[in-house]
Amino acid sequence: MLSSQIKSNEIVFGSCNKDLLEEIIFYGIGLGADFVEIFIENTDNSSVLAEEDFITSVSPSFGRGAGIRIFKGKKDGFVSTNDLTKHGLMRSVSQAIEMLDITDNKRELFNGLNKHRDYSLSKKKWINEVPSIHEISEKLLVSTKSLKKNNKIITRKGSYSRNLQEVIIASSDGTYVSDIRLHQTVGLNVIASDAQYRSSGSRRFGSSGMPNEFRLWDHEKAANDVFESSMNMLYADYVDAGQMPVVLANKFGGVIFHEACGHLLETTQIERGTTPFENKLNEKIAHESVTAIDEGISEGSFGSLSVDDEGMEPEKSVLIKDGILKKFISDRAGELRTGHKRTGSGRRQNYSFAAASRMRNTYIAKGEHSKEDLINSISEGLYCKSMGGGSVGATGQFNFAVEEGYLIKNGKLTSPVKGATLIGEAKEVMPKISMCGNDLELAPGFCGSISGSVNVTVGQPHIKVDSITVGGR
Amino acid sequence: MNSKEITTQISKAADFLNLKKWDYGASFSNDYSVQVDKGEAKQLKASQKQILTIRVWNQSNLVGITTTSDISESGIKKALKQANIASDFGNKNESTEFSPLAKDPIKFKEVKKRNPVGIKKLLTVLREAEVKLLESHESIKSVPYNGLSESFFERVYANSEGAFRSYSKSQAALYLYARAEEKNKKPRSSGSVKLGYGADDIDIESCIKEASNKTISHLNYSSIKTDKYLICFSPESFLTIINAFSSMFNARSIIDGVSLSNKNSIGEKLSTEALNIYDDGLHEKNISSTPFDGEGTPTKRLCLINRGRIENFIHSESTARIFKTTPTGHAGLGSKVSVSPDWIVVEKSDENFDLKTSLDHSTYEGEFVYIEELNAIHAGVRASQGSFSLPFDGWLYKNGKKISIESATVAGDIKYLLKNIVNIESSQEVTTSGISPHIWVDELSITGDA
Repeated sequence: MLSSQIKSNEIVFGSCNKDLLEEIIFYGIGLGADFVEIFIENTDNSSVLAEEDFITSVSPSFGRGAGIRIFKGKKDGFVSTNDLTKHGLMRSVSQAIEMLDITDNKRELFNGLNKHRDYSLSKKKWINEVPSIHEISEKLLVSTKSLKKNNKIITRKGSYSRNLQEVIIASSDGTYVSDIRLHQTVGLNVIASDAQYRSSGSRRFGSSGMPNEFRLWDHEKAANDVFESSMNMLYADYVDAGQMPVVLANKFGGVIFHEACGHLLETTQIERGTTPFENKLNEKIAHESVTAIDEGISEGSFGSLSVDDEGMEPEKSVLIKDGILKKFISDRAGELRTGHKRTGSGRRQNYSFAAASRMRNTYIAKGEHSKEDLINSISEGLYCKSMGGGSVGATGQFNFAVEEGYLIKNGKLTSPVKGATLIGEAKEVMPKISMCGNDLELAPGFCGSISGSVNVTVGQPHIKVDSITVGGR
Repeated sequence: MNSKEITTQISKAADFLNLKKWDYGASFSNDYSVQVDKGEAKQLKASQKQILTIRVWNQSNLVGITTTSDISESGIKKALKQANIASDFGNKNESTEFSPLAKDPIKFKEVKKRNPVGIKKLLTVLREAEVKLLESHESIKSVPYNGLSESFFERVYANSEGAFRSYSKSQAALYLYARAEEKNKKPRSSGSVKLGYGADDIDIESCIKEASNKTISHLNYSSIKTDKYLICFSPESFLTIINAFSSMFNARSIIDGVSLSNKNSIGEKLSTEALNIYDDGLHEKNISSTPFDGEGTPTKRLCLINRGRIENFIHSESTARIFKTTPTGHAGLGSKVSVSPDWIVVEKSDENFDLKTSLDHSTYEGEFVYIEELNAIHAGVRASQGSFSLPFDGWLYKNGKKISIESATVAGDIKYLLKNIVNIESSQEVTTSGISPHIWVDELSITGDA
C-alpha cells in the first residue's frame, strides 16, 4: 500500500492536502519569499538479483520525504526532510528563509492553490498489477539459464528493479498536482572467458508506466543478444588508435548525443557559463542532416512523464532542426536565470534534490539512409555496435567506451575490436554527423547530474560521423 | 527516535513477528551546503536524512532485508514485515551470519565533533574563496563548479545478540573548479577538493592556490601524438587506478567471478618487489574514517600487496567464512553484502633495489607524460577484464618544457601496468582517497589528436 497512515496535521497520500499545503506556502510567502515550492514523495521500490541459477538478492525499500524550495530574486534555498508533519514542513520553510537571509518587507501575493490536477487516478492500481517478487524471480532465473549457452560463459547475471513513486507538488503560483510514476528495468550481463581471453556483454531494458511490461519482456531474445555480443568480442584484438570515420549504431548509440550535446543544451549549463552553445540560438551548430528532439511524452518510454517535478506537463522540444539550434531544455530556475521558457523538464532523483533542467527522451530524428548506406560509404573506419558509458568534462570534451566494435574496410564490416574510446568535443563533432539512418530506436538509461540520477531514454538511427578520435592501443 | 529506542522498537516488533535473529544499520545526518556564482549565493541547501536497513533471519535461517527512511514505530514494523517476506527468497546457496567480530573492542581514535558554523558563514567563506580564485589570474573567468558543505552524522550497528556500536562525527568539504579562457584558445578547467572535520579545519587558501595553479598550468596546451610513453602517475591518479581495480583484492568479486584474481592468488606476484599496498581505513589522515563496517566488524589496517605479491583479500563475514579466514571490516550491509576498500596507502617497500631512482617528477629532464588526474572511470575501466582506456588531465615534459595535453586517453592493462612500474618515488602525498607517492610506469599507450 502506498497510502500512509492518516494523522492530523500531516501530509496524507491519497487524500486532499490542500489546506495544509496552502498554510505552509502562505507561511513562506508571509516571511518574504518570492516563491515557495513543496515536493513530497512516497516511494515503494524493490530489486531482485539472479546470479547463475540462484536468487542472491531481494531488496525492498520504502520511504517518504519532502523537498521545500524558496526563491528570493534569482537565488534559492532548498531544504529536504523526512518529517512530513505540519511542524516539520514549516520548520523546513523557516530554515530556507533563514538561509536566504530574507529580511525585506516586500510580500508576494499568494491566491491559494488551483484546482487539484490529479494524474494518479488511473495509476493507483499499478502497485497491484506489477509482478510479484516470486514472479520476477522465476523469470530472472529462466533468463540467466538462457545465458548458459556454452562453457565459455563463466558469469551470468539478471537483475530487475521497480520504482514506484507517488508525488505531490504544490507551489505559490497555484500549482497543485499529484502523480504516480512507475519505472521497471531489467538487465542481463555475462562474462565469457577462454584461456587468457575475456569479454563481457550486457543489455538493459526499461519502461515507465507499464505494469505488465516485465511479463512481456522477451528474455530469450535478450539472452541471445548478450551471448552473441560476448562471443563476438571474446577473441577481439585491441583497436589501433587514430582519427577515423565511425558509424554509431541506433538505440544506445544515442548516448553520445545525450552526453556530448544534450547536457550542453540544459539551462543549468548556461547558468554556469559552461556551454559553447549559449549564444547560438537560431545558428547552425550541427550538420544539416541532424534534427534532435527532447520530449517526455512517448508512451512507455523510460524518460516519459505525465508531469515534471515542478508540476508542468512535458512538451516535445525540438532542440536542433536541420542543424540549427532551436531550443534549450529549461526548468523554473533556468527560466528565471536565463530567460529560456520552461519545457516541462524540471526533474530530480527524489525529494532530497532540487529540480533542475534535465533531459527526458532525447534522440536524433531518423534520416533517409539505410544502415548499409552508411557503412558502404566508409573505406576504413569503425562500427560501434554497442556503446558503454561516457562523460563530458567541464570544457565540453567527451569520451565514450565502445563495448562492441567492428572494423570497417572497403564498405564492409570485418573483425571485432575492443578497447576503443571515442573522444571529442560536441561543437566539433556535431557538424561531422553527415548521414542519418532510417532506423530510429530508443534505449533506456540512467543519467546522473546536478539533481541526482533520473530515468532517461537515449536514441538515434544509425549515424555516420565523418571523423572522430578513437582511443585504443 | 534515537538509536537505543530504535533497537528497542525493532526488538519488540521482531518478537511480535517471532523473528529471533535480526540486525540493523542506521544513519542519521544533517547536511548544509552552499554554492555561489560571481559573488552571489546560488543555491543554499540543508537536509535532514535518516536511513534504516533491517535484516532478519527466518526459521530456515534465510535472510531478508528492507531499507526505509520512515523511522517511526509503524515504519519499523512495516520494514520488519517486508524483510520477513523477502527472507522467503533468501540466498539458499550462500548463508549470512553475524560477524564474529561484531562485539570486539574497537581501536578508534575519536575526533572531536565540530559544531556547525552555519549557512551564513559557509556562504561568506565560499564567496571570499571565489573572489580570490577569480583574482588569482586574469584568464580565470569563472568558477562554474564550487561548493562548501558541512555534514554531521551518526552511524549505528546493532544485532539481536547484543552487539551495539555507534559513532558520530562531522565532516566538511570544499571544492573549487575554475574555468580559464584566453582569446583564440579553448577554455581550460581544473580544480581542487579539500576535506576537514569541520569547515574551520579546511585549508581554504591551499584549495584556492591549487585550483588556480592547476587551471593556469593547462593554459598552454597542445595535442599529443599517439604513441607509447614513459608515464608518471600523480599520487591521486595512481590511487584512482588502484581503486578502480580493487576487485583484484576483493573476495566478493572473486567468488562472483568478476575479479582478475582467484582463491589461490594469495602470494601471486603482481608487480615489482618495491611495491607495498595497504588498506588503512583508520589512517590518521583519513578524514572519512569509520570505526566499523556495515556488519559491525572493526575497521583495521590490512596489507594487500607485500613486496609485489598479493598478501590479503578484503572480506565480509560470509566471504571470510568461505575463505576460512576472519572478516576484515570491509562489508556494506545489504541483501547481498558488498565488499569494498576504505582508504588505500601505497608505499615503497624495502626491496627497492631495481627501481630507476633517477626518475623524479620534479627533476627528470627526459621525455615523459605526467598524468595529473584520470577521468570517466565508470566508462573506461573493465575491471573484470583488466583493461582501461581513460581520458586524463596532464602534461607532456619534453626538451625541458612542460605543455598541457589536450584531449587524450591512456590505455592499458592493469597487470601490465603493475609489472612495468619502474620507479616509486620516496615522498608520499595525502589525497582524498588515500596516500601514495608518484609512480612511474614504462610504455603505456596514449591516444591524442596530433
